Amino acid sequence: MAVMAPPEPHAHGLDPELPIITSKLEWLVQWARQSAIWPAQFGLACCAIEMMAMAASRYDIARFGAEVFRGSPRQSDLMIVAGRLSRKMAPAMRRVYDQMPEPKWVISMGACASVGGVFDNYAIVQGVDQVVPVDVFVPGCPPRPESLIYGIVQLQQKIARSRM
Amino acid sequence: MTAADLIEILNALVPGAAYEAGASVDFPTIYVLPEHLVDTCRALRVEPALRFEAFIEATAVDYLPRVPRFEVVYHLLSVAHRRRVRLKVRVLNAAAAEAGVVPTVQSVWPGAGWPEREVWDMFGIVFQGHPDLRRLLMPENWEGHPGRKDYPVQIQKATQTYSPLEVSEEQFRANLERDRVKRAHPH
Repeated sequence: MAVMAPPEPHAHGLDPELPIITSKLEWLVQWARQSAIWPAQFGLACCAIEMMAMAASRYDIARFGAEVFRGSPRQSDLMIVAGRLSRKMAPAMRRVYDQMPEPKWVISMGACASVGGVFDNYAIVQGVDQVVPVDVFVPGCPPRPESLIYGIVQLQQKIARSRM
Repeated sequence: MTAADLIEILNALVPGAAYEAGASVDFPTIYVLPEHLVDTCRALRVEPALRFEAFIEATAVDYLPRVPRFEVVYHLLSVAHRRRVRLKVRVLNAAAAEAGVVPTVQSVWPGAGWPEREVWDMFGIVFQGHPDLRRLLMPENWEGHPGRKDYPVQIQKATQTYSPLEVSEEQFRANLERDRVKRAHPH
């Protein structure tokens, strides 16, 4: 999926036969980042089941270059907060986020992670943006794998738009 | 075996204890006074005709307007006799706001420690003689006991984003060393 059209390949004014392609460094770096998103294996509740379905063969997030779920936050650049976050879990999630190297992004998946969902009570954080900065909110209870794929594509477009 | 049969056996084993059969639809339920709880539990575990060796769970119920307000509930299982029993303790020495005190049964089942921690965490019922009565489910610095009927369930506290490690670096290294020695010499 071409999120952002590359610059004209022969805009360098040289001989079109020359095996040279010019581009903008910023475009190239963001293209590389958006095309190889490595999410952290971080599931909190039932939304994580849909996240797994998204990664498996039927929905196959590999088509969008985001299939390499990493067991260590130190190798990840995307955290998908999949499920309700309890207040006791919040420091642990923040620690995982802090261990991820820059640049890093966060998707808040589902109603519970985004606003608390049905858990309007003392134990559940009413929106994970109280704990980590969120790039994309995906609605649903739980969101279908297509919704989450759409969220990842939105994130790719955001990465492509952002400056280095 | 009905609750009446169990009470007959227990009366012989724990003299002076007043038992009372409770209503139930599944397996026998017996009310015990807190002062006879530990003796009763030991009899239930040790007596060859009973052998309730498996401590399944401890929980509590808050009957808010009623006095006494709380009941602690124990579920026991006898694998040898394929039998279950439910013990209930009315927390009698409780003022309206205070939960009261029940003796710990860890001397009978060492594994009862964590269920009792959970009951204290959720209901504030103190288990006398418990060596490690800390929060189990809620964060360590939480205030209040959320299992109570009068707890403000929708209360919103500030979200903590940092909690210090519960063991120091020295303790952590000592644990590692102990595990290493244990694995090298299992016996």
